[in-house]
Amino acid sequence: MNPQSLANIWAIAKRETVSYFGSPVAYVFLVIFLLLTGFFTFTVGNFFERGEASLASFFTWHPWLYLVLVPAVGMRLWSEERRSGTIELLLTMPVNAWEAIFGKFLASWFFLAIGLALTFPVVLTVNWLGDPDNGQIFTGYLGSFFLAGAYLSIAGLTSALTRNQVVAFILAVVVCLFLILAGFNPVTDMLTRWANPAVIETVAAFSVMTHFDGFQKGVIDSRDLLFFLSVTGFALFATALVIRNRRS
Amino acid sequence: MIRIENLTKTFGRNTVVDNLSFNVERGEVLGFLGPNGAGKSTTMRMITGFLPPTFGRVSVGGHYVVSEPLAAKRLIGYLPESAASYGDMTVNGFLSFVAELRGISGDARRRAVNRVVDLCFLENVLYQSIDTLSKGYRHRTCLAQALIHDPEVLIMDEPTDGLDPNQKHEVRNLIREMGKTKAVIFSTHILEEVDAACTRAIIIDRGRIVANGTPGELKAMSEAAGAVTLAARGVDAALVANKLGELPDVARCEAIPAAGPDAVRAYPRDKTAAPLLARAVIEMAERENWRIEQLRTEEGQLDEVFRKLTLPDTVKK
Repeated sequence: MNPQSLANIWAIAKRETVSYFGSPVAYVFLVIFLLLTGFFTFTVGNFFERGEASLASFFTWHPWLYLVLVPAVGMRLWSEERRSGTIELLLTMPVNAWEAIFGKFLASWFFLAIGLALTFPVVLTVNWLGDPDNGQIFTGYLGSFFLAGAYLSIAGLTSALTRNQVVAFILAVVVCLFLILAGFNPVTDMLTRWANPAVIETVAAFSVMTHFDGFQKGVIDSRDLLFFLSVTGFALFATALVIRNRRS
Repeated sequence: MIRIENLTKTFGRNTVVDNLSFNVERGEVLGFLGPNGAGKSTTMRMITGFLPPTFGRVSVGGHYVVSEPLAAKRLIGYLPESAASYGDMTVNGFLSFVAELRGISGDARRRAVNRVVDLCFLENVLYQSIDTLSKGYRHRTCLAQALIHDPEVLIMDEPTDGLDPNQKHEVRNLIREMGKTKAVIFSTHILEEVDAACTRAIIIDRGRIVANGTPGELKAMSEAAGAVTLAARGVDAALVANKLGELPDVARCEAIPAAGPDAVRAYPRDKTAAPLLARAVIEMAERENWRIEQLRTEEGQLDEVFRKLTLPDTVKK
């Protein structure tokens, strides 16, 4: 990667980040994300009643929370550029399309990371109340971060497909929901009635749940890591194709 | 500087740009005319590398836009049709961002921003967010963005659209000034701009070039070009028309009420003989003792040429 590419990615990521915090979306997202994680962890997840010093009841909800919140963050990435016509400006600058895609992705991923970082009180709480495995908590956060990145890249892809943010949002939710359900126990249990185990294994391998669980157990399995990175990489690559082929 | 060879763009079955070829050199300002939907914006989008051509190629400063996009794009400043910019940014922030993408850093960036802010009269709104600006300011902000790296090639899609008459005047002056050292292409529907700013104009219709020449050459294609209009006080227009019609060089005469109650226009048989025609008309007036109030040789009207070339065949007279 040459220095000019890095400079371009940096410039685009910086602009995108500033624009997040310039709009109410950022604050609405952060507040709702924190409220919901708190609510699910302590009320629905029975954090106290469990009587164990772990953040299992916190992380379990992340795939579901992200399902709605991450597409809301990613939906504007490209559809807004398309709607306002700034995509024409951006792509006639001496910038490669992949630099723009990557820069925008990094900015919104960074934004999600901020949201995740702001959940630190829950870590303090569990450490104050008991003696949790902080390594496991760390890998839990790591898994959550990669999960957010994978969802985000999908939201970016659907956003590149349309100038309508609502359409981008719904498409992203549907795709992400598929990625959850493919390995969600109630769904795989239902499938066992008529599909053979090999098929179910294959379908479940596409699910974020299977791979997310690994991280929650405190294990950084290279297969899980590879899964999230390849989903993200594939979606970013597909975004580049969409942008190349649907410019006007 | 800009070479366009057999440029073609089709969307589905629709051919929007059909085999265009032309060059623009440094020091030229090319006016790009044509009715709505003629393919002006599509052509500009292919020159700037936003749309890939279906066929043909464009090179800018010796770099083919498709195979060396970055090298070509570095030379180009582009004002898109919508004059889009990031509405949530301030004018200063937006221009700095563009300068950054153009590879201008540090002190040079500040100087570049200041330069275009002066050129486009943006001092008053430098720290306002672009969303809150009037259309004229937003337009000029986008124009400033196109000029920030002092490009050798300037492509502008309707640069005066939505500006008030004073701003239009300023922008035309700016274009003319830029044209001295750069290769400039701009599109417009406003035919006066061709006279005001262009060294050459191309009229395109349904994707094809229908005329290419200096503003003078285009005007000479008009029917009225080379005709002599005469108004003589107190002499009946019909009589004047009759008399003028007797001249050997005159093809036909007609009264032109729009030019004055007594105005008569004599069309030459041969456009190249226009100066002789004026002399013959004057001699005739002297012989007949007409008191000449008005006498001029017509240059031709661009709008007439434009209409003649771009109206669909069925509407043509």
